[in-house]
Amino acid sequence: MSEMKKIKNLKEFSTSADRFEGANLLCPGCAHSIIVREVLNATNDDLILAASTGCLEVCTAVYPYTSWDASWIHIGFENGSTAVAGAEAMYKALKRKGRLKQPDREPKFVAFGGDGASYDIGFQWISGCFERGHNMMYVVLDNEVYANTGGQRSSSTPIGASTTTAPAGRVSYGEKMNKKDMLAIMAAHGSPYVAQVAPNKWKDMVKKIQHGLATEGPVFINAMSACTTEWKFLPEDTIAISDLATDSLVFPLYEIIDGRKLNITYRPKNVIPVKDYLGAQGRFKHLFKPENKHVLDEWQARVDRDWEYLQRREEAGV
Amino acid sequence: MADKMELRDVEVWDGNMAASQAMRQVQIDVVAAYPITPSTPIVENYGNYLANGYVDGEFVMVESEHAAMSGCIGASAAGGRVATATSSQGFALMVETLYQASGMRLPIVLNVVNRALAAPLNVNGDHSDMYLGRDSGWIQLDAYNPQQAYDLNFIAFRVAEDHEVRLPCMVHQDGFLTSHTAQGVKTLDDDTAYNFVGEFKPMNDMLDLDHPVTHGVQTEEDWHFEHKARQHNDLMTKVFPKIEAAFDAFEKLTGRRYNIVETYNTEGADAVVVCMGTSVETAIEVAKELRADGKKVGVIGIRVIRPWPHAQIAEALKGIKAIGALDRSSPNGTFGMLYNELAGTVVNSGESKVLTNYVYGLGGRDLTKVHLREIYAELLANAEAGKPTTPLQQLIGVRGPKISFH
Ligand SMILES: Cc1ncc(C[n+]2csc(CCOP(=O)(O)OP(=O)(O)O)c2C)c(N)n1
Ligand code: SF4
Ligand SMILES: [Mg+2]
Repeated sequence: MSEMKKIKNLKEFSTSADRFEGANLLCPGCAHSIIVREVLNATNDDLILAASTGCLEVCTAVYPYTSWDASWIHIGFENGSTAVAGAEAMYKALKRKGRLKQPDREPKFVAFGGDGASYDIGFQWISGCFERGHNMMYVVLDNEVYANTGGQRSSSTPIGASTTTAPAGRVSYGEKMNKKDMLAIMAAHGSPYVAQVAPNKWKDMVKKIQHGLATEGPVFINAMSACTTEWKFLPEDTIAISDLATDSLVFPLYEIIDGRKLNITYRPKNVIPVKDYLGAQGRFKHLFKPENKHVLDEWQARVDRDWEYLQRREEAGV
Repeated sequence: MADKMELRDVEVWDGNMAASQAMRQVQIDVVAAYPITPSTPIVENYGNYLANGYVDGEFVMVESEHAAMSGCIGASAAGGRVATATSSQGFALMVETLYQASGMRLPIVLNVVNRALAAPLNVNGDHSDMYLGRDSGWIQLDAYNPQQAYDLNFIAFRVAEDHEVRLPCMVHQDGFLTSHTAQGVKTLDDDTAYNFVGEFKPMNDMLDLDHPVTHGVQTEEDWHFEHKARQHNDLMTKVFPKIEAAFDAFEKLTGRRYNIVETYNTEGADAVVVCMGTSVETAIEVAKELRADGKKVGVIGIRVIRPWPHAQIAEALKGIKAIGALDRSSPNGTFGMLYNELAGTVVNSGESKVLTNYVYGLGGRDLTKVHLREIYAELLANAEAGKPTTPLQQLIGVRGPKISFH
C-alpha cells in the first residue's frame, strides 16, 4: 500500500500539486471545487475518476478543454458509480492477466456525483456497486438541489427550502419532505466506511478521505457542498455558511465503520441556533414569516433529536 | 491463464451457446451483464466458463441492463476487451448508454438476441429491439443461424477494435429461432479463434497512468456537430472496407464466405424479397422451389444493417423489377424500416421498380412457406404489371380481416 500523504497546514495543503485545475466554469465560491481539490490533494495515489452529469461535470470537461490531470470519465447522470466500477473491474482483469502498463502502481477509483445523481436517479447504480463490493470511493457533492438544471428539488433537499419545483408561495413553505438519510442507507449496505464531511473542516476531511482510500471495498462519503447560486448567499461566504452548518449541527460530521460503529468527529464548542444557519440563506428566507414559525421550531427540534441520536449511538458503540 | 477447451470440429450448439463460445475464445477482459430471455443463456454460459477456469477476466453481474452497459463503458474506457449480451426490454433500458458508448468511440461488442418489445409483454423473437438500435451509432451485424452467430462475433471484435474504426458492434440473432435451436456449428480451435481477433490494443486507456485522459466531455453547438459528423463519417466510409477485409480473412481461414449483402438466386430474377434473420433461410428454401418451377425469384439478406449498405444493395437490386421488403417489427404509423431504407436506395437507381412492404412475424408469429409463396406470387404480378397490384403495405399472418394500407 502507498504511503499516506503528510499534510502539515492549510497553506501546504492548498498549494500542493493540483490534479484538478482552477481553470473551470464552476461559479465563484462553489464548494464543489473546494471539495474536489481537498479530496484529490489528500492523496498521492494515482487516481481514476468519474463524475455524473451535474455542475461538476459540465463545468470541468468542456471540449476541447479539461480541468482534470488524472484519468476521468463521465457517461451520464445516473451511472458515475458504475463507470468507475467498470474501470476497477478492468484494472483487476488486466492485473490478473499481466497486462497493466504500470504494474507496480495501484490506482484508486473515485466517483463524484451530485445529490441528484446519488440520492435520486443514480441510487440503484450506487446500491449495486456497493453490494458487489467494488474497491472504490463514492463522493456525493451534496448541495441539496439539482443545481445544474436551475435549482429543482431532490430527495436531499431539506424541509422548508424553496426550490424551483417546490417553491415557497402564498400557501406553501416550500419543501415538505425530510432530507433522505443516505449515510444510514449506505451503512446498511455493509460498507466498511461511510462518512460525512464538510469543506470548512479540512483536517477532518483529509483524515476521512485518507482513511477511505486506504480501506478495501466500497467507501461512501457525503460532502456538504454549499451552493452560492441556489442557497442564495454571497460567493465570498461559502466557508462562513459551511461553518454555520457544522456549528449548528444541521450538518453533523461523523463516520460509520463496518456498517455499525459510529464516531462523531466534530463537536462544536459553541453550538449555534439552527435559525442562524437558515437565516443566512435566501432559500429559507420565507421561513422567517410569522406563519412559518412552526417550521423553524420543528427544524431546531429535529436537529436536536438527530444529534442526541448520534451521541447515543456513539456511546453505545454500535 | 485461462484453460483451453477441446472442441469437436462440429459441435451441436444453439445460437446462445455459439455466441458465448466465441466470447470465451476471444478472452474478454470484462463482461458486465444482466440476464433476460432469450439471451440469458449467453450470460449463464459465460458464468460457467468462469466457474470452470475457461476465462480469467472479470465477470460483473450488475443490477440492470443500463448498469451492464455503463459498466462496459467504464471498463472499455479503462482499456481492454469488453462485451455483453441482452434482448428486448433490457436492450430498451440500455438505449441511453448505447449512444454514450458509440459517441465515446468504445469498441464494445453486444450480442442482441432479438425479441419483441412490450406492451403486451412477449418473450419471443421479432426485430423490434434490433430496429430500436439503428440510430445509436453502433455497427449492426445480423446472423441467420447459430453458425453465423458464432462466426460474426469474431468479425465484430476484429472490426470494432480496429483503431481506425473504434465503434461498438452488435451481433444480432433471432430469439428462440436461432438462440434456442441447436444445429451443427463448425468450430475453430481456441488459438485460431483468438488469433483471428488478436490481442486487444488499448487506445486512450484510462489505466495508462502516465497519460491521463478525459472521457465523455461536454460539447454544445460549438463542437457537438463535429463529433457526430466524424462518427457518422467513420461509419459511412471506414467500416465497410474493414468488414470486407475481415470477411475475406475469415473465408481464407474457414472457407465460410460472408457478404455485406447476401444474395441468393438474384441473378436474372424478376422479384426478390429483402429480409433479415431466420426469415432469410426460409425465403431461400421457397425461392429454390419456385425457381424449380421456372419462377424467376430470389432473396436478399441484409448482413450489415448499420452502416446501411446502400451501394451494395443498389448493385444487388440491378435489373430486379419487384421488391418485397419484409419487416419483422411494428412500424407503428409508417412503412417498415426496411421498406423506407430500400426506397431511399432504389429511388435514384434510374430503373423502375415496384417496392411493397410486408409486416410479419410480430412477437414470434411464424413466417411460413405458404406466406412466402403468396408474397412471391404478388411480387411477380407486380413485376409483370410494372406497378403495384396490391396495397403498398400488408400485414401477413395476423388474425381477422386483412389489414393493409396505401
Ligand atoms: C437521464 C437524465 N435525466 C435528467 C437529466 C438532466 N439533469 C442533468 S444534471 C441534473 C441535476 C444535477 O443535480 P445534482 O446531481 O444534484 O448535481 P449538481 O448540479 O447539483 O451538482 C439534471 C436533472 C440528465 N442529464 N439525464
Ligand atoms: S450552481 Fe451551485 S453547485 Fe453549481 S457551480 Fe454554481 S455554486 Fe456550484
Ligand atoms: Mg445537487
